[in-house]
Amino acid sequence: MSRTIHIEPITRIEGHAKISIQLDAQGRVADARFHVTEFRGFEKFCIGRSFWEMPGITARVCGICPVSHLLASSKAGDAILGVRTPAPAVSLRRLMNYAQLVQSHALSFFLLSGPDLLLGMDTDPAQRNLMGLIAAHPEIARGGIRLRAFGQHLIRTLGERSVHPSWSVPGGVRSGLNAEAKQKILGELPAMFTLVDQALDLFKDALDRLKDEVDVYGEFPSLFMGLVGEDGGLEHYDGRLRIVAADGKIIEDQVPPENFPELIAEEEEPWTYLKFPYYAPLGPEKGMYRVGPLARLNVCDFAGTRKADRELRQFRHYCAPGKPVNGSFFYHYARLIEILHALERIEELLGDDILDARHIRSRAGVNQNVGIGVCEAPRGTLFHHYQVDDHGLLEKVNLIIATGQNNLAMNRTIKQIAQRFLTAERLDEGLLNRVEHGIRAYDPCLSCSTHEAGRMPLHLELHGADGRLLDEAHRA
Amino acid sequence: MNAEPQKVRLATVWLGGCSGCHMSFLDLDESLMDLSEQVELVYGPLVDAKTYPENVDLCLVEGAVTNIENLELARRIRTHTKIVVSFGDCAVTGNVTSMRNRIPVKDLLTAVYQQARAPIGPQALEVLPALLEKALPLHQAIRVDVFLPGCPPVPERISAVLDALLKGQEVELSPPLRTFG
Ligand code: SF4
Repeated sequence: MSRTIHIEPITRIEGHAKISIQLDAQGRVADARFHVTEFRGFEKFCIGRSFWEMPGITARVCGICPVSHLLASSKAGDAILGVRTPAPAVSLRRLMNYAQLVQSHALSFFLLSGPDLLLGMDTDPAQRNLMGLIAAHPEIARGGIRLRAFGQHLIRTLGERSVHPSWSVPGGVRSGLNAEAKQKILGELPAMFTLVDQALDLFKDALDRLKDEVDVYGEFPSLFMGLVGEDGGLEHYDGRLRIVAADGKIIEDQVPPENFPELIAEEEEPWTYLKFPYYAPLGPEKGMYRVGPLARLNVCDFAGTRKADRELRQFRHYCAPGKPVNGSFFYHYARLIEILHALERIEELLGDDILDARHIRSRAGVNQNVGIGVCEAPRGTLFHHYQVDDHGLLEKVNLIIATGQNNLAMNRTIKQIAQRFLTAERLDEGLLNRVEHGIRAYDPCLSCSTHEAGRMPLHLELHGADGRLLDEAHRA
Repeated sequence: MNAEPQKVRLATVWLGGCSGCHMSFLDLDESLMDLSEQVELVYGPLVDAKTYPENVDLCLVEGAVTNIENLELARRIRTHTKIVVSFGDCAVTGNVTSMRNRIPVKDLLTAVYQQARAPIGPQALEVLPALLEKALPLHQAIRVDVFLPGCPPVPERISAVLDALLKGQEVELSPPLRTFG
């Protein structure tokens, strides 16, 4: 008799979801599913609204990476206007994007995954959270909070608020940055670099301690996708799409992002609101790809900043030469390297006089009926695809979100973890948390992913081969 | 001798919203460390509890009530919580989450899931909570004690409300702190 285990809600991730694990007649793990249970429907209810409103509305898809939606939506708007966005506006947008990368990655590493990495996968669940971390390691918790705050404050300095700034608009941005604010941010940077260095040390310790986990947390071949610059360097705002295969071969390169519909198709399943994008030419089985920090570091030739490049060389020791780093556990590492890179880029941008230029917005009306805006969100490549009428009213909206693109890989990951750690059909605490952590490694943002919302609570159900519910676990 | 003073049992809940209100809560930054001395976080996206516990003193609820699960959780929150705070515009008014309300749920799903394989029909309903026909502001589902508007409420507003509630005072937001958006 087979049965299914359900984990619900999954905690310390950004969204509403549950997991079910299906056992076969011998009690072995046959399959595992990650169910996203929340739905909001932006793609439909935005129809008929003006594209001018979209940056403000779609920012509300997600409070964790509102800046990504703001930017992707503004860029889609730029394309509809058909104007050239002034270079200073582009630099300012980049600056905000890097600020968001810092805050979102710091949130994921310290506040959401930190408790597992630093307190241990098996600690008492009542302690295994931010407050527990504050109690056990106040200095580390404070460091995480400060790093995140640095990013949020920079966003606020640019756009007046840290969550949902209505600052970037089709054609440019609304305001620049004054000299005094610049100096203040520059003054805070050295302390931030120190914090990332400390975090890197912490992570490398965890890597040694968690050897068992590292080998089964999403350690499998897949494709990786991300934006790269013209020179093949790491890129988060502009750039073109590159896809790298498991053997390290580049199978798509320098694809203009507006051609994404040729690369990506989406599957749907009746048990989740989250779609399953895959690389279209290879089909849903072989076309599984991952996006986000791990993917970006796997597809780029180099980071292009000194400290991040040094760390990237170390990162690449975790795979065979020329091959991508496959383990999803390394998402954590990649996140820290990206924070480092973002801080270096922020420093560079702040030193550039271009930020002082006055012309930060181009004005025009609707010149194109289709606009596609793409950028790298903290969790991966984000696509906003709009079709408008001649008045700029939306006729079609398609959003392809980072977390969705990791959906196939997340399902595969929890299956792998369950196969390794599920013993004798028992739902012990360690298993629950490990399966959840497998999801957490991707830092899924289910707010975004279903264009919807949510927090991820966890409930585990065990189902037999006949589909009967055999056991259930709620962690109290 | 007295034991440590009892900490206030705080829960934070994320219903149909974007988590922006929670992000604004985290924007309390280092004051979170002081807060951790006064409160025990007993439920929410930041902690591992799977079921909403009993005897919660204070609960911040983000988001509109959008599906059956939200509705059940909201009712459980009401039964087990002394002070329920409608946290942010989605909870207070429905806000962006309720922009879907003019469209029947079936049309929404068939529009977004173009293959109409997912997640529609009986198999979907086995695992996924049914959507309510309309997303509701929290007070249309349960009684609410305090309204904390903003999309999201800025951290200053959140700490003004938490301060008052932790001191056992009535919450009175000054007019500039009462705006939406
Ligand atoms: S009120 Fe605004 S910030 Fe809060 S959940 Fe709703 S959309 Fe997000």
